[in-house]
Amino acid sequence: MTQAEIKLCSLLLHEHFGEIVEKIGTQLLRAGGQALRGIAGGTGLLLDQVKKALCVLIQHNLATFRPRRGGVEYEAQCGRILRILRYPRYIYTAKTLYGDTGELIVEELLLNGQLTMSAVVRKVADRLTETMEDGKTMDYADVSSTFVRLVDTHFVQRCPLVPEGPQSPEVPPPPAPTLLSSDKDMYTVPRLSLVGKGKRRRSCEEEDGEPRAKKQKQEGESSEHFRDQAIVSAVANRMDQTSSEIVRTMLRMSEVTTSSGAPYTQPLSSNEIFRSLPAGYNIVKQVLDQYLALLADDPLEFVGKSGDSGGGMYTVNLHKALVSLATATLESVVEERFGSRCARIFRLLLRKKHLEQKQVEDFAMIPAKEAKEMLYKMLSESFVSLQEIPKTPDHAPSRTFYLYTVNVPAAARMLLHRCYKSVANLMERRQFETKENKRLLEKSQRVEAILASMQATGAEPAQLQEIEEMITAPERQQLETLKRNVNKIDASENQVDETIFVLESFIESTVKRP
Amino acid sequence: MAGSGRGRGRAAFTFDIGAIGFSKGAALPDVVCQPPPPFPSTDNKPVPLKTGEDEDYMLALKQDLRGTMKRMPYFLAVEEDCEAIERYSKKYSEKKHAVWTPDWRRLPREMKPRKKTKKAGAKPKKAKSSEPKSNLDVLKKIEELEKKDDEEEKSEDEKDKTKDKEGEDDDEAEEPEEYDEEEHEEENDYISSYFEDGDDFGAGSDDNMDEATY
Repeated sequence: MTQAEIKLCSLLLHEHFGEIVEKIGTQLLRAGGQALRGIAGGTGLLLDQVKKALCVLIQHNLATFRPRRGGVEYEAQCGRILRILRYPRYIYTAKTLYGDTGELIVEELLLNGQLTMSAVVRKVADRLTETMEDGKTMDYADVSSTFVRLVDTHFVQRCPLVPEGPQSPEVPPPPAPTLLSSDKDMYTVPRLSLVGKGKRRRSCEEEDGEPRAKKQKQEGESSEHFRDQAIVSAVANRMDQTSSEIVRTMLRMSEVTTSSGAPYTQPLSSNEIFRSLPAGYNIVKQVLDQYLALLADDPLEFVGKSGDSGGGMYTVNLHKALVSLATATLESVVEERFGSRCARIFRLLLRKKHLEQKQVEDFAMIPAKEAKEMLYKMLSESFVSLQEIPKTPDHAPSRTFYLYTVNVPAAARMLLHRCYKSVANLMERRQFETKENKRLLEKSQRVEAILASMQATGAEPAQLQEIEEMITAPERQQLETLKRNVNKIDASENQVDETIFVLESFIESTVKRP
Repeated sequence: MAGSGRGRGRAAFTFDIGAIGFSKGAALPDVVCQPPPPFPSTDNKPVPLKTGEDEDYMLALKQDLRGTMKRMPYFLAVEEDCEAIERYSKKYSEKKHAVWTPDWRRLPREMKPRKKTKKAGAKPKKAKSSEPKSNLDVLKKIEELEKKDDEEEKSEDEKDKTKDKEGEDDDEAEEPEEYDEEEHEEENDYISSYFEDGDDFGAGSDDNMDEATY
């Protein structure tokens, strides 16, 4: 865990859970797995507070515990804490795929960490009923069915169960996460008492008899969904809408069959793809074949041809797609930061892999002095690295080749580290701005509260006008500026998170690859 | 040997400077003596942010989420007890935070608050029954305290007895202790009210250090 990650994690924890949780989270991240006493000693907080904070962290799946050497050891999950940045995107995706109900379900789960299905359904139904017209209520069945769909597509996952048997003296050992089959068992008609594998909790005695096992928000599936989205939009940018639709269809068909982290999807025959295309697209089979051939021939290699049976077997090269996405990100960063000539050199190095100083100048057609300067600038920022090839065993500098190269995973890691730093800086700035204008914000809130209460009790427009004038025009201006700045910073954070996602997926796929 | 001497003329490098691209006699770039400035001016300004319906919605979601999380029971704020002046509006601005109890079956045993605090809830019930007891205890103690010898031992015995009887209850032990202290204080010769009204005990003696103090 780098310093930048730890800093960002503490900022996130502070903003969402308060100071106490932040202190404990930071202590766990810095010092690794610790027992309760160690944490209390390290942070200097009271034992009670430490316990509460740990409960909160565990509830939100940000920390885990395990029995260790006569005690319990707690550990914080850095990656999971950084996911907090992505919560708005999860909620939005659920909204686009499953409507308002899905959105609210995901939101409730994210706010509470873990919840039983019955609790989620009840809360969401209540919230929906509030927004609906008078007299209408939201049926629990609708919410439950959306919930079931979310679980089926793995957006929501069941928490590990606690065994019912005799417990070890200190801690219930949590078993491995449940398999899919038991999720399906969950959705048998709730009125029956659920018979499980002996590890199931007893069904609770509520009226609707919903099972008591808890659900949490699953990250893996959403990441795959985002990755698919990124690939589809990349294809749409590079080629046209139809080819992106074809790729989207292929990805949708391979959702369940592809294991997470697989370098490519299972082969799909052209006939299957043709049958599964969305209804709106009525293209002829030959046109589809042409598109597929085009996609397979594309140098970016998003789609690969793996055989000829069934009209041609095609796969989506997930790993290669991620590599292209990450490389494109790097290229655009170099271009925006250093200029288009530097970008030319960068792309040249990507293509030719290793080049000497002289060759760079020749191939890029840039004068020597400028080329030198640009190369050194990129070298100092670690986008480009040097490779030494000695001619003699004594590595004498005068008899060594120095080749410039781009190491994509290393550069991606460096860029990811910078992204974490940027988000941390953005958050700090936003908090600073808010703190600077705290007095003004509080005043405006009070005025709004007064206005609202007066309107509720029925007041004349003149009185309302008077109260509105409590905030002077320059103050209003200041508030406007503040709001604009805060919105801008928030939007930037969201956008940096998209880059973080691409880079993280890329690094993960390079690491997993055998 | 060319370039091997240190003090001879200009600095020479161990490698061929032409390999990096400097021609002979060309000016080398300046040596960097300090770290780069923290906010350098950039020639290339960043690209404007993405705008659109999606981004606006996500922005609204993010701000909503932030606000909602602050109101959840999971948000443990450090309470500032140091209020110099108790404000009237505080009575009306205090919001009730929902209390959250985790599912203890899923957490290690040590997370659960100890039984002591649980029985704190039972204290008010016991307060009524304990008061007459404590009064009796106090009366007993006043008698006992008149016998100077066994005071402290007996109060400790009382404490132990009460602890054994109830098994907990720091409060009950505290009450007789408090009374004990007061009793004890009044026993001393140096009663605190001795120097009450304007007797500046130490004021006069500092002037004349020649006189002996008795």
